[in-house]
Amino acid sequence: MAGKNNPWGGGSGDEPSGEDGGDGGGPRNPWLPGGGEPGKRRSASIEDIFKSRGPEGPRRAGGGGGPTFRLPERPGGKSWLPVIAGGIALVWVAVSSVHFVQPGEQAIVTWFGGKYYGTLDSGTNFTAPWPVHMVEKLNVSQVRLEEVPGTKTEKLILTGDQNLVDLSYLIRWNISDLALYKYQLSDPQNALLEIGEAAMRAAVARQKLDAVLTGAGRAEIEQDVRMAMQARLDAYRSGISVQGIEINKVDPPGPVEEAFKDVSSAQQDADAAINRSRAVAQQTLARAQGDAREFNDIYEEYKLAPEVTRRRLYYETMEQILSKTDKTIVESGNVTSYLPLPELKRRAQAAPAQQQGN
Amino acid sequence: MNSLLQNYKALAIIGIVVLVTLFSSVKIVPETHQAVVIRTGQPVRVINQFRPDQPYGSTGAGIAPRIPFVEEVRMIDRRVLDIDMERTQVLSNDQQRLQVDAYARYRIIDPVKLVEKAGTELQFESQLLPILTSVLRQELGRRPFTALINAERGSAMTNITKSLDEQARIYGVQVLDVRIKAADLPEGRPLDAAFTRMETDREEEAARIRAAGQRDAQILQAEASAEAARIYADAYGKDPKFYDFYRAMQSYKQTFLKGEGQSSMVLSDDSEYFRQFKGNP
Repeated sequence: MAGKNNPWGGGSGDEPSGEDGGDGGGPRNPWLPGGGEPGKRRSASIEDIFKSRGPEGPRRAGGGGGPTFRLPERPGGKSWLPVIAGGIALVWVAVSSVHFVQPGEQAIVTWFGGKYYGTLDSGTNFTAPWPVHMVEKLNVSQVRLEEVPGTKTEKLILTGDQNLVDLSYLIRWNISDLALYKYQLSDPQNALLEIGEAAMRAAVARQKLDAVLTGAGRAEIEQDVRMAMQARLDAYRSGISVQGIEINKVDPPGPVEEAFKDVSSAQQDADAAINRSRAVAQQTLARAQGDAREFNDIYEEYKLAPEVTRRRLYYETMEQILSKTDKTIVESGNVTSYLPLPELKRRAQAAPAQQQGN
Repeated sequence: MNSLLQNYKALAIIGIVVLVTLFSSVKIVPETHQAVVIRTGQPVRVINQFRPDQPYGSTGAGIAPRIPFVEEVRMIDRRVLDIDMERTQVLSNDQQRLQVDAYARYRIIDPVKLVEKAGTELQFESQLLPILTSVLRQELGRRPFTALINAERGSAMTNITKSLDEQARIYGVQVLDVRIKAADLPEGRPLDAAFTRMETDREEEAARIRAAGQRDAQILQAEASAEAARIYADAYGKDPKFYDFYRAMQSYKQTFLKGEGQSSMVLSDDSEYFRQFKGNP
């Protein structure tokens, strides 16, 4: 076959032709004497097959082979290796001895991770390269928040009058001295929380429940806790500065919450009762004033002409009354009249014209 | 070729040995630790021992030499450490129970003593913990319940710190302070009792507020009535007779005009109204 004569032909051929080239084409093929073993031959032919598989094969082989081929080529210059090593070292020195400390950050520098060398402020700083100087950056001016306790858990604290209150608070703090912060306390954050907790409980225990709940004692507690914490932390030389304490939430404990709510609703009830009676009182007063005024006005008139006014009032009233009622006029004197009351009633129900006729 | 390789091999081995010896003859002690050098089971010296007036940077921290394979370096913490007590029930002298959660902060000031007596910080902690618990129980048990939760804690805590410190000095440890982190009523009956007391307290307050509201309402109305009476008396008192007449007129109107039901009147012709009716003067 053509594949036996031409090595490239073998390459472009398909599987069976490749196997044939491996088996029979030994003496004719210039490639074969080099790889004497049949195994190698086979592998070579398999490579060929891979190369021949469409346009993808050669391309992939070229892409993969590129770097692996280049590497052996470069050491041919022989002087490259020290140069590269030197370059890496230089870059290393440059990178590890220049430090850009961001605003708000500080960095602590130690000799070989041991002895303290100094603190770097924000800006561009130079040190000896790692590992001679080891640098550790930390944000110092950023105010950190610790919430105690975490959300949704109840924390009951005893007040001075032996009541319990469910309280949560925030500690705002930052690092005031990085070296002290790093070297003084084994676990500064935990220390902060524990000190805060102790101070908070002591401060709440100094207050009565109502003062804690209403907020009257809240500012005092916050102030107390801050001062107590800072005093403690300073005593430890912890390098921590407490910026502030904020009481988030003060609630009565869950089981007695209803009773506490009832107190406020009692206050509402009391206010409502007072409002209602105030309204009634106002009505009473207004009524009295109105009546008095009316009487006074009429009395003024009456004083001017007592007899006439009296008569006038009398007649006016009678007129109004009698015009709206049934009337039976009985002659006075000796006549004792029997009044048939049921009849009267019936007549009252009948037409008024009839009565007039009678 | 072969001999060259072997030469390199030997060089490499020598280099590695030299490096290992170099590294093992040097120990980096960080600022956070003090190192006790133990030679054949005997502490011989301390590197970077804590001294309160030494600023960082001039301490003994850093690279320290040691004899390799002979000297063992044990790192002991130089910082302020804390020991956290488990919650313990404390009985006050008035037989009330309280769950107490406390911590102590301490510093190892004599690491050699610590290594000799306890070995490591962890072992020391496990030995200090029962001492702390018993000291706390003893001191707090001498006080009434109200003092336990109140600000008076201060003196109790200094006493506890002092007696714990005394015991800890044996280990070369200085106790800086002991604090009560939490003092709670134990779950169950004491807590329930406290809740009940709080609840009844509030119920009483609610009842009191409601009653006070009722009382105020009543007073307001009474005052208004009194004021109204005064106004009436002022006005009507000017002429009681006229008032009688005037009020009667009003009453008639009210009864006959505005009142319910139909009224029928039987009038005598000699009534006042009919005076003119008869025509006599």
